[in-house]
Amino acid sequence: MTMVKNNSLPKTPSGVSGLDEITTGGFPKGRPVLICGSAGCGKTLFAMQFLVKGITEYNEPGVFMSFEESASDLGKNVRSLGFDLEQLKSENKLRIDHVHIERSEIEETGEYDLEGLFIRLGYAIDAIGAKRVVLDTIESLFIGMDNLSILRSEIRRLFRFLKDKGVTAVITGERGENSLTRQGLEEYVSDCVILLDFRVIDQIATRRLRVVKYRGSTHGTNEYPFIIDESGISVIPVTSLKLDYESPTDVISYGLSDLDSLFTLNGLYRGSSTLITGTAGTSKTILASYFAMASYKRNEPVLYFSFEESPEQLLRNMDSIGLNLRPAVEAGLLHIHASRPSLQGLEMHLLLLHKLMSELRPKTVIIDPISSLITIGSSSEVRGMLVRLMDTLKTNQINALFTSLTHNNDNVHSDPTVDAVSSLADNWINVRNENRKGTRERSLLVVKARGMGHFNGKKEFAISNKGFKFKEDNL
Amino acid sequence: MKNKDTVRVISEDKLVLQLYVSGMSPKSMEAIENIKRLSEEHLAGAFELEIIDIYKHPEVAAEQHIIFSPSLIKQLPLPRKTLIGTLADTEKVVKALGIQFNGS
Repeated sequence: MTMVKNNSLPKTPSGVSGLDEITTGGFPKGRPVLICGSAGCGKTLFAMQFLVKGITEYNEPGVFMSFEESASDLGKNVRSLGFDLEQLKSENKLRIDHVHIERSEIEETGEYDLEGLFIRLGYAIDAIGAKRVVLDTIESLFIGMDNLSILRSEIRRLFRFLKDKGVTAVITGERGENSLTRQGLEEYVSDCVILLDFRVIDQIATRRLRVVKYRGSTHGTNEYPFIIDESGISVIPVTSLKLDYESPTDVISYGLSDLDSLFTLNGLYRGSSTLITGTAGTSKTILASYFAMASYKRNEPVLYFSFEESPEQLLRNMDSIGLNLRPAVEAGLLHIHASRPSLQGLEMHLLLLHKLMSELRPKTVIIDPISSLITIGSSSEVRGMLVRLMDTLKTNQINALFTSLTHNNDNVHSDPTVDAVSSLADNWINVRNENRKGTRERSLLVVKARGMGHFNGKKEFAISNKGFKFKEDNL
Repeated sequence: MKNKDTVRVISEDKLVLQLYVSGMSPKSMEAIENIKRLSEEHLAGAFELEIIDIYKHPEVAAEQHIIFSPSLIKQLPLPRKTLIGTLADTEKVVKALGIQFNGS
């Protein structure tokens, strides 16, 4: 709650990792929040996490009123996320009330109200001193009922009741055809509305979240991807709102003295990002591996995303040029993560990267090649993702290196993958192969290096079993 | 209350009703009047009626799955029925309770 500024709305942490950054502090304290989305988008889980984290992390007891699932079903469904509802119930921190309505038994015989619901809710809140309440999904009440106007006015009264009780309430609602919720709950809950979405694009499923409305508070307006895994829901606020990261001035070695010598400061700035472009077989992976090795030599952890080679294959291939990465792996400093780019959506890769970054705290991140990711998304999506990725790496002052496969030896600028990354990268090295008199000549060119001078000519090099070396008779 | 229920299962055909009201609210009072009038006119004593104030017994509201007030629950004979509202719609009430109109 340190983020709450003067004069701004008091807020309560949502318990959903990443969401509080988007909403600058969490949910509006003591007010209802509407979470809406279509079936299976994670509403119940979202609500449950708000409640459980409220108890375990902020010591705020909570009441879960379920209009759909029974208490035992709920318990089973969230057990896989490590939420032990029975334990919390026995500690008197959590109450689950299953509102079970048998439609076939009900006859409407005149005017009625929802006082029974109010009393149950009030009783449960008072019994454990609840600060948080979930109503999941209150719209179930409307199913099969004739007199909807009574229900509407009662729901309105219910939200007032919740405000009077001073509890922060999460109300879930099923997405309607023309409105956010079937019964137009968004008209009653005017303070904070969050929309969850579950989409399949090109056979890849992505969950997204958007803050539709947040009265009296600034919030990020983008769609943010979120994942549900064994630790619950996490939202990654991938675009930080400002460009205010620090720029370190110390210089690190690339890991190859030859390469370092091309830069006036004899290396690269710490926390800068480097792009290596080239056609197939121009030794991009080799250059990336040297960069990984340099991090190991500095005794700094490095995370290597390999989208084309398995860790074992990478190690073997680097062995063949005398670059032994195994000690780095054994020391736990080099973590190679290999996966197929098409296995998950772009955002999922990004989330995974975030997760691994927060677990391993690497000082260097290598993505080899980033062009594999680019091929699985539309270009605007990819660019957005790369901006967010660069942002994250910059904010954490992580040295980044991306390789990118290009198809045109001469005009790399026209390559869409390069176009997406090159303007974001601080340093850009292009490697190429040329057929000259029947032999293949390898060369590299530093295209740019932000904030320092660099050698402008082409440098020829060779790769042997002793590794990378500039040719003596360089032009 | 629960003990009484188990005893009553033996006596079949007899109407066993519970009316859940919220204090002295106008709707609650109206429901009480309506059920009393109906039972006098059509039932002639062949029923059991219990009136429960959910303000005084909030825990019972959860146990009996009460959310609407007033709610009249027909426990017996089966099938169980929940009549919500003021019971002003006599025809619906009579039909749901399975009562034959006297002299009609």
